[in-house]
This record gives sequence, C-alpha cells and structure tokens, in this order.
Amino acid sequence: MSATTEKHELPHTIQNRKAPIYLDYQATTPTDPRVVEKMLPYFSEQFGNPHSRSHFYGWEAEDAVEIARESVASIIGANPKEVIFTSGATESNNLALKGVANFYKDKKNHIITVVTEHKCVLDSCRHLEQEGFEVTYMPVKANGLIDLDQLRETITDNTAIVSVMGVNNEIGVIQPLKEIGAICREKGAFFHTDCAQAVGKIPLDVEEMNIDLMSISGHKVYGPMGIGALYVRRRPRVRLVPMINGGGQERGMRSGTLPTPLCVGLGEACAIAEKEMGAENERLRRLRDRMYQSIVGRLPEVYLNGDLDQRIPGNLNISFAFVEGEGLMMGIKDLAVSSGSACTSASLEPSYVLRALGVNEELAHTSLRIGFGRFTTEEEVDEAVELIIHEVERLREMSPLWEMHNEGIDISSIEWAEH
Amino acid sequence: MTVYLDHNATTPVRPEAAEAVAAALTVTGNPSSVHGAGRRARALVEDAREQVAALVGARAEDVIFTSGGTEANNLALINVAEGPIFASAVEHVSVLDGADNVTRIPVDDDGIVDLGALDRLLKDALMKVGAGRALVSVMLANNETGVIQPVRKVAELAAEHDAVFHCDAVQAAGKQDIDFPSLGVHMMTLSAHKIGGPPGVGALIVAPGHQATAAIRGGGQERSRRGGTENISGIAGFGRAAEAATADIEHLRGLASLRDRMEDEIAAAVPGVRIFARGRDRLPTTSCLTMPGVSSETQVMAFDLDGIAVSAGAACSSGKVSPSHVLAAMGADEDEIKSAIRVSLGWTTTAEDIEKFTAAWTRLHARVGGGSLAA
Amino acid sequence: MAYSEKVIDHYEKPRNVGTLDKNDASVGTGLVGAPACGDVMKLQIKVSEDGIIEDAKFKTFGCGSAIASSSLITEWVKGKTIEEAGTIKNTQIAEELALPPVKIHCSVLAEDAIKAAISDYKAKKGA
Repeated sequence: MSATTEKHELPHTIQNRKAPIYLDYQATTPTDPRVVEKMLPYFSEQFGNPHSRSHFYGWEAEDAVEIARESVASIIGANPKEVIFTSGATESNNLALKGVANFYKDKKNHIITVVTEHKCVLDSCRHLEQEGFEVTYMPVKANGLIDLDQLRETITDNTAIVSVMGVNNEIGVIQPLKEIGAICREKGAFFHTDCAQAVGKIPLDVEEMNIDLMSISGHKVYGPMGIGALYVRRRPRVRLVPMINGGGQERGMRSGTLPTPLCVGLGEACAIAEKEMGAENERLRRLRDRMYQSIVGRLPEVYLNGDLDQRIPGNLNISFAFVEGEGLMMGIKDLAVSSGSACTSASLEPSYVLRALGVNEELAHTSLRIGFGRFTTEEEVDEAVELIIHEVERLREMSPLWEMHNEGIDISSIEWAEH
Repeated sequence: MTVYLDHNATTPVRPEAAEAVAAALTVTGNPSSVHGAGRRARALVEDAREQVAALVGARAEDVIFTSGGTEANNLALINVAEGPIFASAVEHVSVLDGADNVTRIPVDDDGIVDLGALDRLLKDALMKVGAGRALVSVMLANNETGVIQPVRKVAELAAEHDAVFHCDAVQAAGKQDIDFPSLGVHMMTLSAHKIGGPPGVGALIVAPGHQATAAIRGGGQERSRRGGTENISGIAGFGRAAEAATADIEHLRGLASLRDRMEDEIAAAVPGVRIFARGRDRLPTTSCLTMPGVSSETQVMAFDLDGIAVSAGAACSSGKVSPSHVLAAMGADEDEIKSAIRVSLGWTTTAEDIEKFTAAWTRLHARVGGGSLAA
Repeated sequence: MAYSEKVIDHYEKPRNVGTLDKNDASVGTGLVGAPACGDVMKLQIKVSEDGIIEDAKFKTFGCGSAIASSSLITEWVKGKTIEEAGTIKNTQIAEELALPPVKIHCSVLAEDAIKAAISDYKAKKGA
C-alpha cells in the first residue's frame, strides 16, 4: 500500500504483513486445533454410521455422538436427551419456529420475535405469516435491547412462541434472557432463543432462564461448520413438527444420518468453551477495551453501536462518521472485518440491525463490525488500531462530508438529491 | 482387523477426501464474507461444486449442497411437488416419509418398479382436474438389494405424462457411470458419506428450468435455495471424494466378481438360500441374502463376534430393528425377511475379506442353520 | 467482491484529491449523491477564459468504486473543453474501471458530478 502523504506512513512491519488479521469472529470462528484433532479419527478409522446397530463400528460412533451430546447439554444446563443435532443454527431456528408453530397451530397462531433477529429467524417468521400465522416484530431500544414491559403486553393467550436471540450477531448485545424466560413462563408461551452467538460467550442455563428451545451453532464456538443443535425442553414438554423426515433419528424430530465427526467437533468445542469461558472473556474484554479506548482517544466523531455494558467482550460495532464502510474495508484489506452482517454484505443496503437501533442511514453506512476471539493477540489489536486510524484519516481527507463538517456545515440541513 | 462389509450404511472416508476435510477445517472464513478469508472459503465450496457436478455430468450451478441425502430427498419432494407423489415401494424412508401424500408404486419379486402400474397411476393423475403436476421418485439403485431400476424408462413415462422425475442416486453414485443430462431426470440426490466423503453433506442436483427451494431458509446461501452457512470441510471433502470415486469406478465394478463368487459358493453349499434380485442388474457391491432358519439379529451378532461387520437392513431406523419394507414390498415371505442380511462391499474391500465372510457364513450355518424361525 | 486493478490503483493513489475555491468565478462545483445512500461526490473544475478545463479536484464519500470513478473522471476532463467533458458517459467510466453491475451507479454518479460542475460554472458565467 503506498500512502499519498508522509503523514499517512505506516510502520514498515504493518505494511508488509502476509496474512490478514482475522477480526470477524461473529461471521465464523476458526475451528480450534484441539477440536480438529478430536474430529479427525472419525473421518478415518472410526468411520462407522452411528445408527448401525449390528457391529462395533456403529456402536463406537454412537458412543462418540452421545458423549458429544452430553457436552452440548452441559454448557447450557440441559439433559442430553433434550439436545438434538442439526446441520446448523439456521436449521435449528427454522425447525424451532416452524416446528412449534405448526404443531400448536390449532390452539394458537401468534408468534413474537424482534426486528434485530438473525435473517433466518425473520425469514422463518415471514414464511409463517404467509401461511396465516400472526407475527409481531418487536422493536428494540436505542441500545439494542428489548423493552420487557412491552414484551409482557405483547404476549396474549394466542401466543405460541416468543423468539428472542441471546446475543446479537452484529452488535453483540445480550438480551435479558432470564427476565424474558420468566415472562414467557408466566404468560404460558414457549420461549425460543437463538444462541448461536451466545453459547460459550455468556453463561447459559435453560432451567434458570426458563428457556424452552435454544439454537446452537458449531462454527460460532470454534467448532466445525455444518453442525448445530436444538435444545427442546422435555418437561414441560415442547413438541414440534419435524422438517426433515425419514429414518426417525433424533427422537423423530430430525431425520438423517448423524455426521459423527461433526457431532464430536461440536461436543469438544462446547467442552472447551465451558472450561475456558471465564478466563477467555476476561482476556477479550481487555483487548476490546484496548482497541476501543485507542480509537475513541485518537479519532473524533466515532460512535459505538449497541450497549457497551450488556455486550459480549468479543464485539465492537463502530460508526466512523464521514467514511463509508465498504470503502473503509477496502482500505484495511489486511484486516478481515465486516461492515454489516456477513450474510448480507453483498447488498448495498445499510444494516437493518443498526437501522432498528435508530442509527441514521448515513451513520449506518459508516459502520464496521470488529469481532475478537480466542486467537486474537494484543499485537494484532494494536496493528489493527493503527491500520484503522490510518485509513479513516486518509479517507476523511478525501471525504466531502468531513470537509463540510469541519467548515461547520450541518450535513443533515442539506437537501440531498436521492438517486 | 475387522472385516467391514457394511459400506451401504457408510463407507470409510477416502484418504484424499480426509485430507481435503482436514485442510478445510483449518481455513477460517465464512463463505458469505467479502474479505479475503471469506473468499478463500467460498473458493473451496465452488471448487467442490464443480467436482460433485462432474461425478454425474451435471453443471456446477445445478448443485445444491444439503446436510445429507435425507435432507436432499425431503427437499426434492416437499417443496417441489404440486400434485400427487408416486414413489417406488422400495425407496429409502426419507423419500417414502419425505412428504405426507406419497403413493407407493408396486415392485416385482426382484424389487424392480412396475412400469405398467406407474403408467396407470400417472394416467389417473392426469385425469383428475386441478390435481397439479405429478412427481415421480424412483431410485437408481436400492440400498438393501442393490437392484438397479430402469430409470430411463421411468423418465420416458414421466415425460409422457408431464411429471417431474426425482431420482435418489445415493447408492449408485461412484459405483456406475451416471450421466445426469441424458437420464431424463429432473432432480437427483447424492450423499457424500456413501462415496467415501465425510458424513453430514449431500446434494440435490436440479436440472435447468426446475425449481427447488429448501425448507431451511434465511441467509440466502445456495442461491436462496438452501439457507445456512455452508459446511465447508464437509463440502470440500465431498468434492475430493467425488473426484476420487469417479476415478475408482472400474475398481468397484470389479468387486462384482468377489461378490458373485461368494454368492455362488454359498448357494452351492446351502440350496435353500435366497439371494435377492440375483439374476438382475445389481450394484457390483451389494448382496442381500437369507440364512434359512437363522434370524438376522443372530447372524449380525455372530458375525460381529467373528470380527465381521454386516447389517440386518438399512441403518437408519435408529434403535428398533423393524422388518425391511423393501423385502416386504418384493413379496418376500416372513421367514425370508427375518433371516436376511445385507453384505455391502466398498473401496477398501479385499478378496480376503470376502473369503473370511464366506467361511464365517458357512460355519455359522453349519452350527445353527436349518432350524425354524417360528416364535 | 474482487475489485479490478484499475479501481485499486485509483483507490490507493487517488488523483486530484482536493478543493478549489468555490467562490472563484472560474470554478464550477458539482455535489451529487446523498449520505443516506452511501455515496457523495464533490467534483470541481477550474475553467480558463477559452473554456478549457485547467484543473479538476474531487472529494468522495463512498466505496472504492466511487472513489475510483471520481478520480478517473478528474484525470479525463483536465485539458478538455467543457463541451467535451460534458459528453463523457458513465459507460466509458464503467468500462475503463471494469465495474461489476452492482457498482455501475458509481460511474453514473461521476457523470452526474461533472455535469453538475459544468452547469454550476455556466450558471456563474451567465450571472
């Protein structure tokens, strides 16, 4: 990268870095080498089909799957019998919402969710709306959290299921699951929570939090892609209509041969996360604060999106006013970060999550999501800070909006021609 | 070393595929992310799509990756069928239970679909006003007996009656040449772990001009036909396995001689043995045979003690051993069904394995055979 | 999304970034786009007595393609008459920079910007 002026010269070591710094832990986490190691034998010598009941290979695979199921159950305080394996959190979310809605549709046909949920939850809800269900999309406050009183008022006798995510994928805010669970239990509605971003990041307990269904993802907890789980409460029993039929595996709720190595990977990932979460969170909080303090200390006009306290330590979502996010990402190509959700980043629309917080479109366009995780080092954080500050300053000098801002012109007072 | 003869349940991952899986597991990046890490993950998925397409002569863009054969079969049936669904009575349960309204097409004694019956079913369906376009689902080769269906003829019938034709090729892929475009099939199911790829990944191939939208939505992956972050390691392994399987078809075809010798020896030694679909065109690697008077459970347990892994039927009915719907549909009598086992060979099978099995089978029969199964 | 080499070159080494005195009678200023849409371009030209564009400067808030489109057009218009500059089409910019379909609007914005700058200059002259 050649700089336009000397002022923007970066330290030589940063200019010559070989592999980009991965700071996109909410899009996906690297598979932990310890997890890979556990998985590999199940791709070779221990290859059995866990449903083969007639020989050693099958039993061995089944044992491995059941140990994995225990680890998954353990990290959320569930009974292993309540955990079913799926192909990922997207499937889990689809199954929880469509499965429960369809099973209870003769009694209840109202569903409550939140505007900042993951696309696959919103998509499932829209699909159910087309089928005649009534869906309420609750707003969030400016900090990204829902209003509990409003939730209490929104639940009716007709509400079958309330779906609120544990941790938001873009802004990392933590919803008050325990309070939501209590309200749902009191009002007699099932509580589903998409915890793809929450498992291994915050303490979870399905009993204490009165959670009836929980979606879990492998590749967001340092496990492999292609595997997830759905917790389905047994007492009081939650029933659902399966989406994938034929074979009757997973208590009839999810058919298909279980992929033993992937199940093992998810189990090991949960076991490691349960053991290391406390120390890891402390470390990540220090890294996150270090980056945030450096950036706000050196750059004016930067805004944090989402609550700072009710937030996992591994996430920052910052708007750098007057610098467009995609242009910024191109400049910091040695950083793997995202502007908006990874699933939608090919589109030009500003993030619907940020819009829901009331962040104006202009600031939404200037946001970066920075995700920290298990393998992020302090050195990487420091390099990332330099790269970001360098590039924001360069692009601001190129920005007509920054120029106007410095001239004291109120940008919102200008009548922009929409195009 | 255990002799593994249950390849139709799952086959060991081929070393090339295991390598690809292990390599892909160390790649960080969500294929939907635009940064370099995301693009590398995307490239792995797209290369594998080419390789899987090549296995059956399809176009890469027609491949939808799923979590396995079961999901792909469900996907083909649920979200595509507008009208009645006709599936052969010997289909995999993920087809027969894949939708609410599946009508079973009868099969003959060897498990081959009755084309006359299918013709009548399709004609009746056409007569019904507003019934919608029919869907026919007939597998390429059966998982329990290995018998190969007259897919081209089924395709002709389907075309004649303007029906959509889905073919479950999970067991046939990698064991015989498949040319998707010329088969007249609109949708085809494949599974990685049956061709030496990892479990947890499969594909539905959808011919140009046909629609398939998965039950699992949200995220817009697979061109909005199947939501969810791609199983990169699984897909990469599937791709390499497809490539390796294509190169290995001749070898698998050659296993027919081992299988045939085993069947000849057993049939010569014990005249009452029934070998299902023996005279018909079958996969080179599958044999489904009875041991008169000895229950399937007894056999598989005895073989297991002898260090041989075989199966009493399909491995999917988790937990309970229920009588095979395949053999029942073929009109086999109860004694035959209760005493049938499936022996399935694969890329790791050696002549020695088969000799061991034949010897063990003969020993077991000499020890406990010839009795009655009546309870 | 992979950017073309030319886009990257203009993005990393933008030509003619800067500001001309908008109160100067020989300077025309075009400001197009909107912050809410994710791109704003300011393009300025300094025109000589005989109608030749002597200098051009830009500032852009937007993605790499938007920055490259504005950088490229400042290079192209320098030395041209305002009539010639007014005939530059967005398709030429898109082609030169090999913009993918989702980025065509960036080249449209650049065309709009030069047209706006020319008409601002003409309005000043006429006044």
